[in-house]
Amino acid sequence: MADVAAAWRPYRAVLASRVRSQASYRGGFVLDLASSLLVGLVELAEVWVLYRAISDPGGIGGLDLAAAVLVFGLADLSFSIADMLVGHVDTLPRYLRSGTLDVFYLRPQPLLAQLVTSEISVRRITRIAVGAVALGIGLVINDIAWTPLHVLFLALVVLTSTATFAGVFVAAAGVQFFLVDASEMTNAIVYGGRYAASQPASVWSKPLVALFGFAVPIAFTAYLPTVALLGLRGSAWLPGWVGWLAPLAAVWTWAVALLAWRTGIRHYQGGGG
Amino acid sequence: MRTTTTAPAVQVSQLTRTFRVRSGVLGRREVTAVDDLTLTIEAGESVGYIGANGAGKSTTIKMLAGILVPTSGTVRTCGLEPVAQRKALARRMGVVFGQRSQLWWDLPLAESYRILAAVHGLSAAREQERTAELVERLELGAFLATPVRQLSLGQRMRGEVAAALLHSPALLVLDEPTIGLDVLSKQRLREFLLAERAAHGTTLLLTTHDMGDVSRLCERVLLVDHGRLAYDGSLAGLSREVGARRVLVVDLAAPTPDLVEVPHAEHLGSEGGGLRQRLAFDDAATTAAAVLAAVSERVQVRDLSVEEPDVEDVVRRVYQSRGR
Ligand SMILES: Nc1ncnc2c1ncn2[C@@H]1O[C@H](COP(=O)(O)OP(=O)(O)O)[C@@H](O)[C@H]1O
Ligand SMILES: [Mg+2]
Repeated sequence: MADVAAAWRPYRAVLASRVRSQASYRGGFVLDLASSLLVGLVELAEVWVLYRAISDPGGIGGLDLAAAVLVFGLADLSFSIADMLVGHVDTLPRYLRSGTLDVFYLRPQPLLAQLVTSEISVRRITRIAVGAVALGIGLVINDIAWTPLHVLFLALVVLTSTATFAGVFVAAAGVQFFLVDASEMTNAIVYGGRYAASQPASVWSKPLVALFGFAVPIAFTAYLPTVALLGLRGSAWLPGWVGWLAPLAAVWTWAVALLAWRTGIRHYQGGGG
Repeated sequence: MRTTTTAPAVQVSQLTRTFRVRSGVLGRREVTAVDDLTLTIEAGESVGYIGANGAGKSTTIKMLAGILVPTSGTVRTCGLEPVAQRKALARRMGVVFGQRSQLWWDLPLAESYRILAAVHGLSAAREQERTAELVERLELGAFLATPVRQLSLGQRMRGEVAAALLHSPALLVLDEPTIGLDVLSKQRLREFLLAERAAHGTTLLLTTHDMGDVSRLCERVLLVDHGRLAYDGSLAGLSREVGARRVLVVDLAAPTPDLVEVPHAEHLGSEGGGLRQRLAFDDAATTAAAVLAAVSERVQVRDLSVEEPDVEDVVRRVYQSRGR
């Protein structure tokens, strides 16, 4: 226990000072919180308006409004937590230019752990709240045959979906070592993935299924777990039972993320990569 | 200072590093930044690593710190393999990069030290003792509460040095620590580094453009040119080889005939009918004070400055003296 505390101390010291620093710009901080909240509410309202406007009682891609709110809640909660914790890793090109990464080499902690804990975006907390409330509403208004397995699954999915999104951020950072100007492209994957996460994957085109179903397994963060929870049928490419495998997507994403990161670091040090 | 029981601070053998850089539209070209470098720095030494811009100094330091992997050859820093044992090395080595910052820009300076103490796992007692020592000796007290981004360059650089030394490393590497500093800040920093070395026996390796840093701080000079070691020895030896002289510039109270008979000094020229005169002297033979005293005996001095030899000039003359 004492070992864990000692190992955690460097990260805690940095994070605590980041939080204090952000909170100390009080005016700006409150404004950030409010705008983050507003954007979240607008996106939730979009889902509501869209599904209300659909006359088909089957909804879109097999999801009705209630199910869509659940998907949105899961996607938004997990993405926003990941964004708060690791979203800043997309500033890596700036770190490379200013030499901040060189400074990380001078400290006795792993480089990726230092990068991840070098910042924390506290203002995302309101966005996380929107996701949590949407998830709560989604759980109440849907007809779920609750068993202990369902409860365990849901808790696990919130964790692993967060991990999946975090892994996508880290993989994108790894790519930036090679293509310092690639942030447009990686942003398209990261934020496109966020948007895709709250959509029913059953209506996706084949290329989209290949990209966000398998390569970057965004379908596993919210849509497929919802299909599993509600006992829906899913689609030919992504049948309902696949939803129960959602947590494995986090393992896959992190394997890719760590590979991308290591390859990036090798390239940076010039070890040939 | 030299002991046989501790590992050398730095031990590099046939160290080479190349970069592939774009040239033209499609072409790529190899640049050899460090070329077959072999040298050893014993624990406790103070070494000046000098060379022209682009000579390979920073690249060498990055390999010593494990930031860059050598293309070929071996590196041991504090007895460790820098890339493989980076974390262990970080506990024994401190680095100041003149061009980049270890400090948190939006936080008060003191906060950076609290964080770095946690980063290096210092105990509360050790943290307090070491911070107090550095704050006092580097005279940081007046601006500890100031956000780093508001510090002057001289204040910030002293802050950076304290940050690199907080965990009491055995080896301190400084890459261009005095670049852009005013005379007073340079002097304070040099005095501090001398005192730190005297108190803790810290090994010092510094790259610089300023021969003044070398003559005040370093017992040994390594001169690197195009990635190759061109000289390794004492500053006096370097001066003997190339005559790396400093120049005393005096403004006199009245126009004076050329001061050609000052001992160990050569009259380089006069301006304003002898109101301002330039005298070159060799550090190995005399001191600025002795030359000034000799001038003052002859004529009243109103103002003075000392020009350091230019590193670029020294490099050129090393090659000239060795007759191409
Ligand atoms: N990351 C890099 N990529 C390509 N070339 C580099 C890189 N770093 C340094 N160089 C080149 O290597 C040579 C040595 O650079 P450097 O070590 O920074 O010299 P110094 O610190 O002595 O001024 C220069 O020609 C420089 O352009
Ligand atoms: Mg340099």
